[in-house]
Parts: sequence; C-alpha cells; structure tokens
Amino acid sequence: MLTINCPWCGPRDETEFGFGGEAHRTRPADPSALSDAEWAEFLFMRTNPKGLHRERWVHSHGCRRWFNVERHTVTNEITRVYQMGSASEAAETAPAAEQAPATAAIEKQGSRS
Amino acid sequence: MTKAEFRTPTGGRIDRGRPVNFTFNGKALQGYAGDTLASALLANGIHLVGRSFKYHRPRGILSAGSEEPNALIQLERGNRTEPNLRATQIEIYEGLVASSQNAWPNVETDVGSINNVLSKIFVAGFYYKTFMHPQSFWMKVYEPVIRRAAGLGKAPVEPDPDFYDKMHIHCDVLVAGSGPAGLMAALAAAKTGARVVIADEQNEFGGSLLASRETIDGKPAADWVRDTVEELKRFPEVRLLPRTTVTGYYDHNYLIMAERRTDHLPRGLAPKVSRQRLWKVRASQVVLATGAHERPLVFADNDRPGVMLADAARTYANRFGTLPGKRAVVLTNNDSAYQAALDLADAGVAIAAIVDLRTQLGGPLAAQAKQRGIRILTNSAVTATYGAKRVTGVDVMTINGSGESVIGAPTKIDCDLVLMSGGWNPAVHLFSQSTGKLRYDDALACFVPNVSMQAERSAGACKATFTLAGCLAEGAAAGAEAAKAAGHGEGEVPALPSVERTEPQQPIRPLWVVPSTDLVGHGKAKHFVDFQNDVSAADVLLASREGYQSVEHLKRYTTTGMGTDQGKTSNVNALAILAKSLASPIPQVGTTTFRPPYTPTTYGVLAGRDVGELADPARHTPMHSWHVAHNALFEDVGQWKRPWYFPQGSEDLHAAVRRECRAVRSSVGVLDASTLGKIDIQGPDAAQFLNRVYTNAFLKLEIGKCRYGVMCKEDGMVMDDGVTTRLGPNHFLMTTTTGNAAKVLDWLEDYLQTEWPDLRVFLTSVTEHYATASIAGPKAREVVAELAPDLDMSAEAFPYMSYREAVVAGVPARIFRISFTGELSYEINVPAYNGLYVWEQIMRVGAKHGITPYGTETMHVLRAEKGYIIVGQETDATVTPQDLGMGWVVSKQKPDFIGKRSFSREDTSRSDRKQLVGLLTEDPNEVLPEGAQLTATADGHPPIPMIGHVTSSYYSETLGRSIALALVKDGFQRMDQHIFAPLGGKTVKCAVTKPVFYDPEGVRLHG
Repeated sequence: MLTINCPWCGPRDETEFGFGGEAHRTRPADPSALSDAEWAEFLFMRTNPKGLHRERWVHSHGCRRWFNVERHTVTNEITRVYQMGSASEAAETAPAAEQAPATAAIEKQGSRS
Repeated sequence: MTKAEFRTPTGGRIDRGRPVNFTFNGKALQGYAGDTLASALLANGIHLVGRSFKYHRPRGILSAGSEEPNALIQLERGNRTEPNLRATQIEIYEGLVASSQNAWPNVETDVGSINNVLSKIFVAGFYYKTFMHPQSFWMKVYEPVIRRAAGLGKAPVEPDPDFYDKMHIHCDVLVAGSGPAGLMAALAAAKTGARVVIADEQNEFGGSLLASRETIDGKPAADWVRDTVEELKRFPEVRLLPRTTVTGYYDHNYLIMAERRTDHLPRGLAPKVSRQRLWKVRASQVVLATGAHERPLVFADNDRPGVMLADAARTYANRFGTLPGKRAVVLTNNDSAYQAALDLADAGVAIAAIVDLRTQLGGPLAAQAKQRGIRILTNSAVTATYGAKRVTGVDVMTINGSGESVIGAPTKIDCDLVLMSGGWNPAVHLFSQSTGKLRYDDALACFVPNVSMQAERSAGACKATFTLAGCLAEGAAAGAEAAKAAGHGEGEVPALPSVERTEPQQPIRPLWVVPSTDLVGHGKAKHFVDFQNDVSAADVLLASREGYQSVEHLKRYTTTGMGTDQGKTSNVNALAILAKSLASPIPQVGTTTFRPPYTPTTYGVLAGRDVGELADPARHTPMHSWHVAHNALFEDVGQWKRPWYFPQGSEDLHAAVRRECRAVRSSVGVLDASTLGKIDIQGPDAAQFLNRVYTNAFLKLEIGKCRYGVMCKEDGMVMDDGVTTRLGPNHFLMTTTTGNAAKVLDWLEDYLQTEWPDLRVFLTSVTEHYATASIAGPKAREVVAELAPDLDMSAEAFPYMSYREAVVAGVPARIFRISFTGELSYEINVPAYNGLYVWEQIMRVGAKHGITPYGTETMHVLRAEKGYIIVGQETDATVTPQDLGMGWVVSKQKPDFIGKRSFSREDTSRSDRKQLVGLLTEDPNEVLPEGAQLTATADGHPPIPMIGHVTSSYYSETLGRSIALALVKDGFQRMDQHIFAPLGGKTVKCAVTKPVFYDPEGVRLHG
C-alpha cells in the first residue's frame, strides 16, 4: 500500500485516496472546434508509460482536495507531489517518462541498500 | 508415553517435567511442553503422518519448520477445526486432537493408494488429458470425484467461536527473523534509540541457534539468545513478537504480520484474548533475516516416511531431544549434512553411511566424520529406497563420469532414516515480495538477493551467508545501517560476540536429479520434486517435452509449487531440472513469482473484527425503526437499507406490491426517499456550474422551481440523473440516485477543482441531514394540506416542478412537488432528527385516506409504468440520453456542456443504436425475466443475432398485465413490430411500444 503525501494533510495511507488517472490532460476550451479524431484523442488516449507517470489523486477520506503525483510505474516510488495548477512547473522539472526508464530507477534504488 | 528409545536422555528445549497428552488419529500419545506435534510424533516413533495429494503414497515428516510439505494436519474438531496445518509448527498443548488428511478410511490403510498403481494416468497435466470425454462428465462426475480424491483438509462448517484483531503500527526498523542475524540487527538498531520491531514465526527467538551446539561468547548459543533477548527487552522502544509470521511485504515498506496469540494453549482457555492478531506495519527500514531452507535431493523414491532433511533431523535431536530414527543413511551434495551426521551420532543415532555425491572430500567436518569412524561413500548415489510405511533400507551405487548414471552393483544398506541435503535456498520470499531482484549464485547453487527495490536489506542465511560469524556480523551491520537510514545513530556497529572459528565449506555438487539405475520416467521409481502436489522429475521433463518451457507454464501445468507450502522445498529443484532439460542456464529460466502470504494465513486474522454486523456498515434512514416495526423487508442499495415492501398478513412480494400500487394509483402512498443523494450547491457561479454539468439548461431556472437533469460523462454516456431545485439566487439543492451520491459529488468536485477552478462554487453533501417522505397519489394534496395548513396547496399556487418552504406538522420543511410515480406527489424534506416524527404524523393524517407505506419494489413498478428510467438499470455506461428517447433533455442552444461534443461522434450519432422501448408480451400474464436476450426472429439456426435485452420487467397491477422496458437495436424504428425473447424452453413474442404505458399525457401529474 502506497504512502501518499497529501499536500494539505501530510503522508497518509493509499486507502484514504482515490485515483484520477493521468494528470495534465486539460479539457479543450472549445470541444466543438475539434475533429472527431482530436476529440477521441482527448477522450480515450493515455500515455501509459513504463517509468515516471504524472497522475491525479484525490484525498477522498480527508480534505477532498485533488492534487498531482509523480509516480514510477515500475517501482511505485513517488518522486513528487504537487498542487493542481502548477502544471507548467511540473512539465519543466519532471523528466519525460522515456528518459527515465525503469532500469535507471532500479539502479538508483539499488544503490540505496 | 513418549518412548524413551526415541528421546535423548537429556538436553533439548523441552520440559521433561511437564508431560502433555494429545491424540493423533484417535491414539492417545504424550509429549513434553516445548514439543511441536512433529517432534512429539517422532518421539513416539511415528513417521507416517499423511497420504500424498494425488497418489496417496504414505508420507512422513520431511522438515522441522514452516516449509513442511508433507505433514499437513487437521487440527481439532467441530467449530475449531482447522485444515492444512503443518505438524512442524503446531505447538502441542494438553488435550490437542489432530488427524491426518487425505486418507480413507485411515492413514495406515488408504483406499486411494490405488492411484499409485494407476499413476500412469496422473502425469503432468492429467486434469487436461484424462478427463476430457465425454464433455458432460466434467461437471458431474470427474470434477467432484477429483476434488474429493485430491482434497487436502476439510474447512470447518460451523461459525468460528474465536475472535481476532488488528494492530496498526509504525516503526523505524522492522526485523523479520530472530536468528543470529536478526537478533544482532535488532540489538544494533535498538542501541541507537530507534523504534524496533522484531518478529519471528517460532514460539521463541533464536532461529537456527535453538538447534545449534555452537558457542557464542563462550556460552551455549541458546544462552546467548536468552541473554540477548533479555537485553532487547530492556529497550523501551523495542517490541518483540514471537509466534508472529511476517507474511506480506507490500509497496512503500508496508508489511503485514500474523501473530498467533492463543494457538499454543488448550482451545477456549483464554476466551477474552484474541486468538490471532494481524499487525499492519509501516516501517521506515526493514531488515530481512529470514534464514534459509534446506533443499531435498531428487532421488529414486525419495518420499518414503523416514526420508528427512538432514538439518531437520539435527533440529529434532538438538532442540527437541527427539531421535527421528536409530540408524541413518545420509545422502548429501554439500558439507552441511556432515554437521547433522555428527550431531545425530552424538545424540545416539547410528550413522550407517554418508553417501556423498561429490567426488572428493575435504574440510574439517568430513575429517571429523572420518575420525569418528563413519563410513563415507564418495561419488555415490542412493539409487533405491525400500520399505512401505517406513524406509527400511537403501541401495547405493557409484556415479559414472558424466554424473548422469550409475555403475557397478548396488550395495544395500539397512536403515530406518534417510537424511538428505541438497544444499540451501535462502528464504528470499519477503525480499521477492518487496519486488527485489534475485541473482543466481553458481558457486552456492541458489538464488540470492541482488537489487533492492525498497528500503530493506537482507542479512545472514537469507543472503546466503551460512557461517555463524558471518550472520552475526551481517546482522549487526544491517541493523546499524537501517537505524541510520531511519534517522537514528551514525551507523556504529556494536561489538560482535566471539564465536568458534569456522572453516570454509567445500563446494556443492548440484546434481539436480540423483542418477539411478533407470532413467527418470522409466522404471517404477518416482523422483519427487514437489512432495505436497506429488510432482516428480518425470512430470517436469514431460511438461518440458510438451512445450511448457517457461517456468510459469511449468508451474501451472504440473502444479509444482502451487500447494499450501508454495514450493518452499521444491521450486528451485523444479526449475533446475527444467533448465537442464532445456540446456539453459538456471538464471535464464528464472523463478516464479513469490506472493504473500509467506505461510497460509487464516481468514479470521485477515478479517479481524470486521465480521457479522461490522463486515460492512449499514446506513439507516431516520424512519428505519418505524419500517422495522411495520414488517418491512429491506433491500440493500449501496450500504443503505431501503424498505423493499411492507407485507401484511401472509402476503408475498407480488401480493404486497399489487396492494401498494393500487393504493398509490387510487388514493395515497408514502415512500421513504431519504436515501436519495442530496448535494447543497452554493456560490455566485452555481448556476453556471450546473449549466455545464447537466445536459439541459440551468442558467435561467427560477427560484422556487425544480428541474429534472441528466448528467453525462465526456463520452456522452448517461452517468446520473435527478432533480435540482433553485433555493435562492446562488443556492441550489441537487438530488442524485441513491447509489451514485458519493460518486457524483466526487465527480463534481473534480471538475470544480481541476477544470474550472475559477468558478466560485461550494459543494456539500447533505444526504444525511434531511429525511424525505414522498407522498404520492390522488389524495396526496389533502394529506399535505392538513399537515401544512398555512400553505396554499392549489395547483396554481404550488404547481408541478416547484418548491415551497412551509411548516409541516410543526416542523420547518422543504416541500418539492416532483414525482417519480406519475401521480400528484410531494416530497417533504425535514431535518433528519424530525424525520421519524413527521413520518408518524403523515401516517396519522393519511389514515383516513388509507395511506399506504410502499417500498422500492412498488416504486420500480410505478415508475416503469411511466417509462421513467433508473440509471444503472436502463443504462450501463453505453447509453446516451438520445438512446433513451430523452433528446428533449439535451440542450441544443448551450455551446458546451460535459458530453456534448461526443453526441456528434460517428458512433454516438448513429440512428440504429440500441434504444429504449417498451415491450408488451402477447400473453399479458407472461412477465419476462430482466436481462432476457431479444431477437428479431422467432427461430432459425444459431447463432441468432441478439438485438437487445430486457432492462426492467414487472406485472402492472394498474394495467392488469405485464410490462417491460428494453434496449433494442434500432428500437425507435421497430414501433408496433414484434420481436422475440428466447427463454430456453419457449420463445415469447413481444410487441414493441413506446416506453410510457400509463397516463402518457401526464394529466395525473399536473392535477
């Protein structure tokens, strides 16, 4: 069970939270301007990386606030927790998933033991 | 009485002053306090304890620990009976009753052993091969017979009389295992002031040291253990948990441990103590000191009772003062068995021979054995064993040059005990559960921890460190490092205790199948790999030949490692034999996944107190006690208990529902609607917000007006519906379906916080703040008018779909004139604490009109007569509002709302989607089953295309016939046509109609 560091309440067990899928998928301002293919891309397509993944969580049984989490999908290591609305900052500082393959994280973690 | 011939005269950790009486297979026996069931049975000369899973071969005690595959016991009887317990872990207590499993009529004479003769049909994958034809036999004949024949123990059929509990703790360092490495780790960490938890599955701490004759700091190892445990107890932040198995290692250093608190006591002796306790631990750092398991050797007929792991025999002699035999042959491929041979010889067991697979001897242990005059046969193999219910002797032959076969003539050696050692497997289970990566060590022929993935470190034998000095040093270092990493100390390692010098071990010779006169799979002998699931080397080779060459496939096809022991003694042997057959290196074949629990865990301890009424919380409305007092039967909707119907006298469901329906349509009925979700929505942008989340317009809803709304997800599919009322300029009350209330609130909150944080809106769940009584029927107005004399109830002053505040029966109330029945209807909301009182007043005032309480079943019938949908019944996340014929609820003017864009997607805008229609069966008394499939033709060759299904179906008292709602492909175009419901024996013809069966003009509603 993960420990998730809620930006408002501090570290709590995963069972207090709800998962909200991939983060930084903004609802298009004018969906009617989109082609069917573009709308389908928004509706259905997700990156599903093997590596760092930025995702949304909500502290359902706590403060009810949504926030973003950066989690490694292989190790489940949580590398960052940040508030909604700090999307651009996150995009700049977080390495893209393909640049941080699982093996890199494994090596990093391996040196810890 | 314990037979003195199988006890050492002195020594061991048993209390010879405290005899313990117990029963095994109906026979009264005696052991001593401190015995396990296994050691007590061996002390009584009993090896035969069970029959094997498939072949019903006689089986004895193999090990002395939790890895035991054979000695599975049914413990106790009646409501405390428990199957599949390992005799090697059961501590005996006065009055214990145990029996063997999988044997009929008894373990000595077992009818099922015919399977051994018929073993040719029980090869790998026999489930898939032998019992194929005829197909109809599988469910009725083969499966039940196999299940009975291959069963292990029997589950109890009575409720568990004991109780269980849970503890949630945090610690700096969790140490799993209390052998030399674990104790030193705990000590080193404790000295830094860290909060330490040390747990061990055994009844006392010490691990392998409890069976060791080594000295530490010049005193017997067990004394050092005692002193170290005493020292640990003096640290206030150290928690010591014996009889506690660390059984699961999950993400972020979350571990669970199962503590057995009273299992070592006579049953029922401590009724106020929880029997077992589940510890849920969040540890900053973990030290794994879980030890190692000795590997069996795979040789011909290696499963006879009396064939035992060498170190287990040593444990019985040293720790339990029990001699597992009188004359032993030792078969080994490594040095550790020599220690066992020496210890057993000292304890009084004659060592007939040590048969060593290795070609050369060396090292001090072999020298000692030689010095003692023990016969040692190098480059030799046991090629056959004799004896039925107990081994009586072995054949020994010389191994040929390639190690694949044997040469010369066999030498027969008489014995009643065969000790085997195939090397050691570090117990890497918890490490692997933590997702750590293993490495295969060629020199040691075992898997060892390699890359850690969590904040843990292994120490001692579980890291393939097999010397006492090494275990102590590694444990101390691991404990100090773990404490430092958790923020305590500077990693200082305490002084290490002194031990006798240990010589380096001679290398192992891993012959994964010990050669014998016949090739594996030929001849009558079986070479068992997995004792619990009766998988032999021949099965592994057969599976490999048949293409099951991935270790995961091998496991499932042969069932190797799939027993209750999870293959602790078998997995490495199996995959090594597979690797050899594939000519692949072992690391390339790899291991199967290690999963929790480490050892079988009771359901009781996992459930804890969450049983019975506490298993799931039940939500009651404020009027619940009235419903109970008035005979209501209840339906679970989510966690809510909703009245289902209120039977009178001997009425059944149908009679009660017909009466309740009649009352609502002809006079007045009342429904407890308190469970509907209620969300209070306030803020300057509340109207704007609702306008975006509902498909229809909300901006201009007048104060005091109600509006029905449908919510879709972005994909355009209906998610929920309900009525929202404007209470003030910036204040709305939304209702949701009972089951979706929490989901809708979360979803609205999601949009507010993440998509439209600029909107100034606050959402508050008020579901439980209000009690709701829905009064429906032609007399509803009269009832409400009498309760609220100050309110103008005329249709002009209080029209349909509007809202008024009034005092009802002296209580301030919100009254909504909305309807889910098609009748004149008022929903009265009062503060929850007034709910029961107001309900009683409604019943009192309504009595003269024959007011009738009704439940969800009647509600369903009444709304279906009107074609009102229920989200989740008529919809299933593939249905748009248009599919429901509710295009009117979708705004054409609004530029955007959630789901709008999806309505013009190619698939969503098709005209031939499944659409909601009504169905009338030809026979008015035929009520279609809900979920029935629908076809366009009455008959024809299968497969006949399915064009839809029945979503709701009832007998309508009002109409005097059955009605149904259905989702049917291209349904709107099929009006007045006939479709069919094939129902097994018959096919029912149905006319397609509009889904509104009653009062389509809504005259009654607006009256």
